[in-house]
Amino acid sequence: MKIDYFFIALKNLRRRGLRSWLTLLGVVIGIIAVVSLISLGDGLKMAVNSQFGISTTEVITVQAGGISGYGPPGSGAVNPVTIKDAEAIEKLDKVQYTIPRRVKSLELEYNNKLVIGFGTDVPEGEKEKFMYSTVDITAKSGRLLQDGDTNKIVIGHDLADTTKNGFDKPLSVGDNLKVNGKDYRIVGILEKKGSFIWDKIVLIKSPEMKSLLNLNDDVNIIAVKVISKDLMAQAKLDIENLMRKRRNVKIGHEDFQVSTPEAELATVNSILTGIQIFIALIAGISIFVGAVGIVNTMTTSVLERTKEIGIMKAIGAKNSDVFFQFFIEAGMLGLVGGIIGVSIGALIGFAGTQGINSFIGSQSPFNINWILILATLVGSFVIGSISGIAPAMKAANMNPVEALRK
Amino acid sequence: MQTKKSAPKSKKEEEIIIQLKEVHKIYDMGESKVHALDSLDLKIHKGEFVAIMGPSGSGKSTAMNLVGSLDIPTKGAIYLDHHNIADLHESDLAQIRGKKIGFIFQQFNLIPNLTAKENVMLPMLFQGISREEREDKAEELLKLVELEDRMDHYPKQLSGGQQQRVAIARALSNDPEVILADEPTGNLDTHTGEIVMEFLSKLNKQGKTIIMVTHSPELAQKHARIVYWLKDGKLEKITRKK
Repeated sequence: MKIDYFFIALKNLRRRGLRSWLTLLGVVIGIIAVVSLISLGDGLKMAVNSQFGISTTEVITVQAGGISGYGPPGSGAVNPVTIKDAEAIEKLDKVQYTIPRRVKSLELEYNNKLVIGFGTDVPEGEKEKFMYSTVDITAKSGRLLQDGDTNKIVIGHDLADTTKNGFDKPLSVGDNLKVNGKDYRIVGILEKKGSFIWDKIVLIKSPEMKSLLNLNDDVNIIAVKVISKDLMAQAKLDIENLMRKRRNVKIGHEDFQVSTPEAELATVNSILTGIQIFIALIAGISIFVGAVGIVNTMTTSVLERTKEIGIMKAIGAKNSDVFFQFFIEAGMLGLVGGIIGVSIGALIGFAGTQGINSFIGSQSPFNINWILILATLVGSFVIGSISGIAPAMKAANMNPVEALRK
Repeated sequence: MQTKKSAPKSKKEEEIIIQLKEVHKIYDMGESKVHALDSLDLKIHKGEFVAIMGPSGSGKSTAMNLVGSLDIPTKGAIYLDHHNIADLHESDLAQIRGKKIGFIFQQFNLIPNLTAKENVMLPMLFQGISREEREDKAEELLKLVELEDRMDHYPKQLSGGQQQRVAIARALSNDPEVILADEPTGNLDTHTGEIVMEFLSKLNKQGKTIIMVTHSPELAQKHARIVYWLKDGKLEKITRKK
């Protein structure tokens, strides 16, 4: 029987003016924020995590300055880390070995077009295999670099793609690419990694890079392989002590940074969580404003329909019938806000995920979270109906004689 | 629809459907008190056509609200089908009102955003009747008032006379014993007013009790068998049709 109140409520909503729909704006904006935030937030976290490109957790990175990450900046930092640092760290008992690594910008030329790209060096011997597994790369076509490869390079996935590489021409295994003026043969192309650095990288053997760019002992980053995962925290402290001694700095004044991937991810994730909390706060405020809007429009509606309430009572409506009618109507009003909000929010989430993907070259999927949508719709109905309680009670308790006189 | 009979009573008493006993209604207007009804006694028997007559300010509207159990008296007792309405809980009162009394108003008072049929169905909703039964009954009643081709029209798409006929159909939907009509022709021209009055007379002949409140002596005397004349909140006289 109560289902009929929904039908009547729907009819009542249809005749409502623009004014009462405008009061829904708060609910709509709040729900847009909630839905887009959640769907976007998950995608954002996935995208950021994939940028690190490190899959092994027993790796500690050491770099100069306070900048975290794997990027090329840092080489110009005040006091760069060096191969000597790497050798010293390798002597620590909790360390298996270290890989000093360089990330350099390179001039790439192909099809008479010049593009600035990133190159990183591949170490010799056993460390080569370690590096491949640490950064988790495999060849899509061709092969990875091996010891003794001269004048050979491996390129990232997008660098081979004509739509993304800037050469207006695809590159494939066997092609020659000019790097800083010197011809290199491509022996392999990497699988797509969903990271803007790794998908446009040029891999080159260490000695090759050193001679090509005429480099000294400075490196961008030292990757440290620890003997076992359990020793990570201790190894990190040991490395920090050693580096402080070598660089003669006091605790708290470090001009270098020792970080574990987990810690880096935790930092980024805590920033993202902070953003999410902030948007959630805005969402909460606008939903509250929206709820007040529903209270307002329902109160006006009760006043406008005083006579109708009188009629309903005269033809046998109990106070509870009248209450229920307005209560449901307020709930439906909230639900309409919810439907609009969810639709726009999902669209923004979708567009945002696509935007992030194309901007940083990641491949985060957009997932429609049905439970979230259902919960949001139920929630918006509940918010609406709760906002309707006071006006509905006002309607229910009207004196029929006075109501009819209006 | 009359399934319940009260405990055996004298024949005369059993026939009384609404009774007002020494009813006072006093409106407190802050400084002054308005004595709208002053010890009014009224007995309405089943199957009668009664008119409550009086000029404005005579207390007839107040009397109608009390007879229709929309309001409770300041003093005195009102019996609706042998229940003292003062003793009833709000929800029971609404239930009885919906079942026993059908209201017809001067302003028609249809719900504007419901169609004719939905308006007729509404009182049955409050009695918990199933949707199918409500639809069937509403269609049947709209046929009775000759509006079968207007069922899905909204009130504003109907003329005054048509709206009042929808209101009559609505008043009949729960098969009430009493039809309470407040100036039913007040907003209609003479001709359509006549049509509406004919419907009421027809219903009366079928056994419905009709109580009509009016300020028009002509209308009262033409259709009602008993006319209660009110003046200053008191019963002035009772006239009966021979």
